[in-house]
Amino acid sequence: MTHPFRDAAIVGVFNTMQARALPGHDSVSIAIEGALGALGDAGLETTDVDAVIGDRSGELAYELRLGPCRRSLNGLGIPAVLEAASLITTGQSQVVLVVGGSAGVYTERASTAPWTRPTNEFVVSYGMFTAVEFALMAKRHMLQFGTTPEQLATVAATIRNNGHVNPEAVYFGRGPYEPQDILSSRPISEPFHLLDCSTTSEGGCGLVLAAADRTADLPQAPAWILGGGSDAYGPAYQHAPIWDFVGKSKSGDGIPAGYVGRRAARAAFSTAGLRPDDVDVCEFYDPFSFEIIRQFEAFGFCPDGEGGPFVMDGAIAPGGRFPVTTDGGTMSFAHPGNSTQMLQRVIRAVQQVRGTCASAQVPGAEVAICSNAGSGALFNDVLLVGSGRP
Amino acid sequence: MTLLRPQPPGTPAPVPSIFSAPYWEGCARGELRFLRCANCHLALADAPRICWRCHSRVLNWEVSEGRGRLYSWTIVWRPQTPEFEVPYAVAIVDLAEGCSIISAVIGCTPEDLFEGMDLAVEFHPNSDSLNLPYFRPVSPA
Repeated sequence: MTHPFRDAAIVGVFNTMQARALPGHDSVSIAIEGALGALGDAGLETTDVDAVIGDRSGELAYELRLGPCRRSLNGLGIPAVLEAASLITTGQSQVVLVVGGSAGVYTERASTAPWTRPTNEFVVSYGMFTAVEFALMAKRHMLQFGTTPEQLATVAATIRNNGHVNPEAVYFGRGPYEPQDILSSRPISEPFHLLDCSTTSEGGCGLVLAAADRTADLPQAPAWILGGGSDAYGPAYQHAPIWDFVGKSKSGDGIPAGYVGRRAARAAFSTAGLRPDDVDVCEFYDPFSFEIIRQFEAFGFCPDGEGGPFVMDGAIAPGGRFPVTTDGGTMSFAHPGNSTQMLQRVIRAVQQVRGTCASAQVPGAEVAICSNAGSGALFNDVLLVGSGRP
Repeated sequence: MTLLRPQPPGTPAPVPSIFSAPYWEGCARGELRFLRCANCHLALADAPRICWRCHSRVLNWEVSEGRGRLYSWTIVWRPQTPEFEVPYAVAIVDLAEGCSIISAVIGCTPEDLFEGMDLAVEFHPNSDSLNLPYFRPVSPA
């Protein structure tokens, strides 16, 4: 059988300037910079675009006069990239722009970022925000398997050190960190310390996908979608994040919410004809340190309960068997709201298989896995990106 | 010794829906209510619109005994918004009737909390018109 994504390639990626704040920008203006940057990287023009995907795609279509074109309001990350690929492989589009941007959104600094705060009536009065949601999941893992704060801190130190050496990271040069530095930072929502948590910042980004027969004369080596999947149990941050929460889908096979992403990873690896051992680099989404441990288990890199020991002894550091979140992720590289933070995981995976990372390039990387969201959000998406056409 | 306490009135208030209004009316009367499916008798938290197990739309309000066990928790030191007093202990409580809810544990210290801890509900005002269910350890720690 022909691979379902064989005829769609990622031909352009771009991150705008990322910073704690980008005065003079709003979410649309920085998304415009992401869109034009990605087209520039792809060697294509706005006139080549026939579909645009993102929560600001209407504004982009208007401001850049992309129309008439398809507009999709899919504001997710990996699912938006999979939608773009599907539009191409079904012949509905030839060149698809996937764009994110967030600026001027987080202004009340006494509160946590607006996108972290739920409004559902059953959680709002208890002071819930994303760190709390993810902590309630992490705590269950610690109770069940004895996962330790030191293991969490090792993850955070590794990712923050990746950002420390990345000149494009918002927190470039802010390290280096030892696990003890993480443990010594002030508590936020136990077991998370300040440095176990993602940061907040502003920025935009874009990706361009094109039909495979358009790639021959483009400047960049195409990156290919080897497989992908998407799992959700409900809306994020509105219901109790219960590790053992189970849905009824047959394909979900009784997988608990604590292992959200497992079905998606199985689908991605199945489509790709690969196993976790074939992966060269893990560009996991890192909202909180524990989530890296959880994803290694959920995606089948190690048995359930062994994620804690798995991240010790250098396995996830540069030069290790499974280098993780190599640009510094949301902890250090950038964490703009909306889909930007999630699309940036895909962009990093593309940079790794292109071999163009400004720092922490994994030599000869051919297969990268990336992911979005996690247990506390009750959704988790997975994408496998490769240098070779499937 | 940091004693965990209910939040002072003035933290963000829940906004009841047409489905959840009886829940909040119960809280005002000191009752922790939940829905039970009239068909399959499953206990349901969060005022759902349908029984997820059997798809019955006939769901009846019942009053919980107000007892539960601590399933997971986190001690919060960085408040969501400035109105919250820290530390507070957000918790998932498994109610004796079989469903689980988000709440907060009060009346003990963060160090007292343990998995499976016996808890009992009590109500504290969130605003002039709304009471919020909290949980307190049943026996002194």
